[in-house]
Amino acid sequence: MAEAATHGEVHRHPAPTSFIRKYIFSIDHKIIGIQYILLALTSVIIGMIMSVLMRINLSWPGTHIKILETLFPQGAPGGVMSGEFYLSLVTMHGTMMVFFVLTTAPQGGFGNYFLPIQIGADDMAFPFLNMMSFWVTFVGFIVLVLAIFAEGNATVGGWFTSLGASWAGGSGTVGPIGGWTGYPPLSALGKVAGPGQGAGVNLWIISIAIFCVGSLLGALNFITTLLNMRTRGMSLMRMPLTCWAWFTTAILALLSFPVLLGGGILLLLDRIAGTSFFIPGGLYVSGAPVPLHTGGSPLLWQHLFWFFGHPEVYIAILPGMGATSHILSTFARKPIFGYRAMVFAIFAIGMLGFFVWGHHMFMSGMSPYSAVAFSILTLSIGVPSAIKTFNWLGTLWGARIRFTTPMLFALGFVSLFVAGGITGLVLGQTSLDFFFHDTYFVTAHFHLVMGVASIFGMFAATYFWFPKMFGRMMHEGMGKLHFWVTFLGVYAIFIPFHAMGMLGMPRRYSNFGEYEFLKNAHGLVLFVTIAAIVTVIVQLLFYFNFIWSIFKGKKAPNDNPWEATTLEWTIPSPPPHDNFAGIVPTVYRGPYEFSVPGAPNDYIMQTEPEGAAVQAGLGDTSGNGGNGHKH
Amino acid sequence: MAATATSTNQVVDAVIGAGGSGGRSGNGFRKNGGGHGDGDDFHYSPARYRVGIWVAIASIVMLFTALTSAYIVRMASSNDWTPLEMPKVLWLSTTVILISSVTIEISKRSLKRARDSQYGLWLALTAVLGVVFVGSQYAAWRNLARQGVYVATNPHSSFFYLFTAVHGLHVLGGLLALAYLLLRTRKKRDSVEGELRRIGAAEAAAVYWHFLDGLWICLFLLLFFWK
Repeated sequence: MAEAATHGEVHRHPAPTSFIRKYIFSIDHKIIGIQYILLALTSVIIGMIMSVLMRINLSWPGTHIKILETLFPQGAPGGVMSGEFYLSLVTMHGTMMVFFVLTTAPQGGFGNYFLPIQIGADDMAFPFLNMMSFWVTFVGFIVLVLAIFAEGNATVGGWFTSLGASWAGGSGTVGPIGGWTGYPPLSALGKVAGPGQGAGVNLWIISIAIFCVGSLLGALNFITTLLNMRTRGMSLMRMPLTCWAWFTTAILALLSFPVLLGGGILLLLDRIAGTSFFIPGGLYVSGAPVPLHTGGSPLLWQHLFWFFGHPEVYIAILPGMGATSHILSTFARKPIFGYRAMVFAIFAIGMLGFFVWGHHMFMSGMSPYSAVAFSILTLSIGVPSAIKTFNWLGTLWGARIRFTTPMLFALGFVSLFVAGGITGLVLGQTSLDFFFHDTYFVTAHFHLVMGVASIFGMFAATYFWFPKMFGRMMHEGMGKLHFWVTFLGVYAIFIPFHAMGMLGMPRRYSNFGEYEFLKNAHGLVLFVTIAAIVTVIVQLLFYFNFIWSIFKGKKAPNDNPWEATTLEWTIPSPPPHDNFAGIVPTVYRGPYEFSVPGAPNDYIMQTEPEGAAVQAGLGDTSGNGGNGHKH
Repeated sequence: MAATATSTNQVVDAVIGAGGSGGRSGNGFRKNGGGHGDGDDFHYSPARYRVGIWVAIASIVMLFTALTSAYIVRMASSNDWTPLEMPKVLWLSTTVILISSVTIEISKRSLKRARDSQYGLWLALTAVLGVVFVGSQYAAWRNLARQGVYVATNPHSSFFYLFTAVHGLHVLGGLLALAYLLLRTRKKRDSVEGELRRIGAAEAAAVYWHFLDGLWICLFLLLFFWK
């Protein structure tokens, strides 16, 4: 009995043996993390295909695409995309990317895999909830994919049409046409509001609601695990910055997803139960009055949506910031500059994120006084962001940098974060936003800072932790090529976007042919399309590298190939089922002790007892710290 | 190892009584350093359930914050608001859920004093009161429906059905938790960890149940007494 109790914690759940329990319905946080990463890798393919289709439509309107004709004979008759088809691509690209890529991989993927290991825990606090969180999210993904076919395919659409008036499907788009923000009243009215607004919107809302539940289960787990499962010696201020980032992200998810869930419930009720939460009275759509609805407020949805939507931006990027801080310090071989300031900055960014949602609504007719308040709060996020940026630069200052692939992507993250963030200062001012609102300038801003920067953080994380996850290194040559083409590619795509925005080119339009003032922009549009296609193609190289390296990559030379300091590098690659093989680690020092004077190596593991390293250094003349005697 | 001979009582003392040697000593919360601890023969900390349930409550609070602020905005910004006549049966619901909060508290305290049979009894009573609450809420729905008041009749009725339904779903979740605990009252845990897990779960369920009670009071006041 005593033995059972002793092992109760260390092997809280025994290693599963069957394939299904081990790889499908697994409660091991490492498997769940990989499942999340695979889900993101799948979703991102769908999202990228959609962006390429959009670019093709913008640059070469009227192109015949055989496969579209086969898949969506109504939406793309003869393989030519219709305007509505394009709009539904916009919606589904945004939804896929924001929810199933930018929210899953950084937090659910890498967070799940590495947070428990980095704090010295054998698993998450609630392994079963963790499994549920992934599978609920997966169901959300399936429902979203279903939305594509419920609208795009007449047969599938027919199944839904029989469910009721608001479920009419098969309109030939690939989902709703109202954008990922789903603004009412058009999103609340059903098919009368346009093709794709029937079953497509219902399934879209249900998918997002399911996603919210999955994210909440995950956030609950992250917070409890971090507060309750840190190993001996792992004080809050000894945690790697990655853990701080995941923790802050979990708090944001915990407090913001319920608000979106609430909004989604109200919107769905407006559609299927005849309520009027968001639908005002006296509404005319396409010349016909909308009966039976009175008094609702479309602005209410905007408030609920953006109260979630702005923290969501940080949910996407904070884990990237954490990974970047971690990786910069490791390859600069220097302690992170201003650890405490980094912690406070990451927390400040997260908390301020709850008070700035109004800057998405400057054009909604809000009181100028509230607009000014939102504007000031928005611009104040620049302060912690600048603290982070300067601390990253301070970390790099005077360092002998090891330019590995993960380091290149981390540096790319810093570059993109600055380039995308700086336009936030432009858009955060009401007077300038009046001009830039709903132009490509906005698209450029959020793609750089929220989309591409976050993805660079995740590329860095992938190349960095790959040897830990699979015991093999990813190919450096392919990695570097991937980095340079992607890095130049995304700038080639999004810098012209700023110019288009300044020309006044509106977002979401499927065709600019009729606008005289945009005639000169056609060259830019074409250039962006080519850059986008090249950038997308080079991602295939990443996929190849990823899969090839799992099986054929160079074996990692040891358990700590990057000579890093944190707990995950003290254990075998890949880690055993319970991470630390029954030996609970004790932590004696902070996470970034690089190039400590007097130490034998230029890095000291967190598990190295106090004083031991210096002692060893004095005894070991071959150490590069040589004759140091002060700690 | 102490684990073999530990009675529930000792376990309870070890976990709830002794703060210093509890789960939260040291820099991190886990006290089993290096795997060679003395007194480290069990590592399960009930703090895990306690933290977990408070975190979950925070997110449920945010859900209802969203819904109730929608209520307030919708009420203030329109001229189609027709207040409902309150179904009298809601007084029954309110009384029942208030009493159930008392019974679950008694049940939890009985468990802490290792009075297992009392614990089970009060827990069962709480579950019964929970079922009565859900039934009473359903009666309120039937009452309104008989008057011809449905979800889409007017904004106040929409919110009434919505609040009671979402709250009711959370109560059903609570009832599932109570059912789980009831199934476990009979089966004596033979390991210290199992016993601790049971106590942690019971405490978390009690916290959650009090929360549901408080939440209903807030919704009740907002729906019918807030002008």
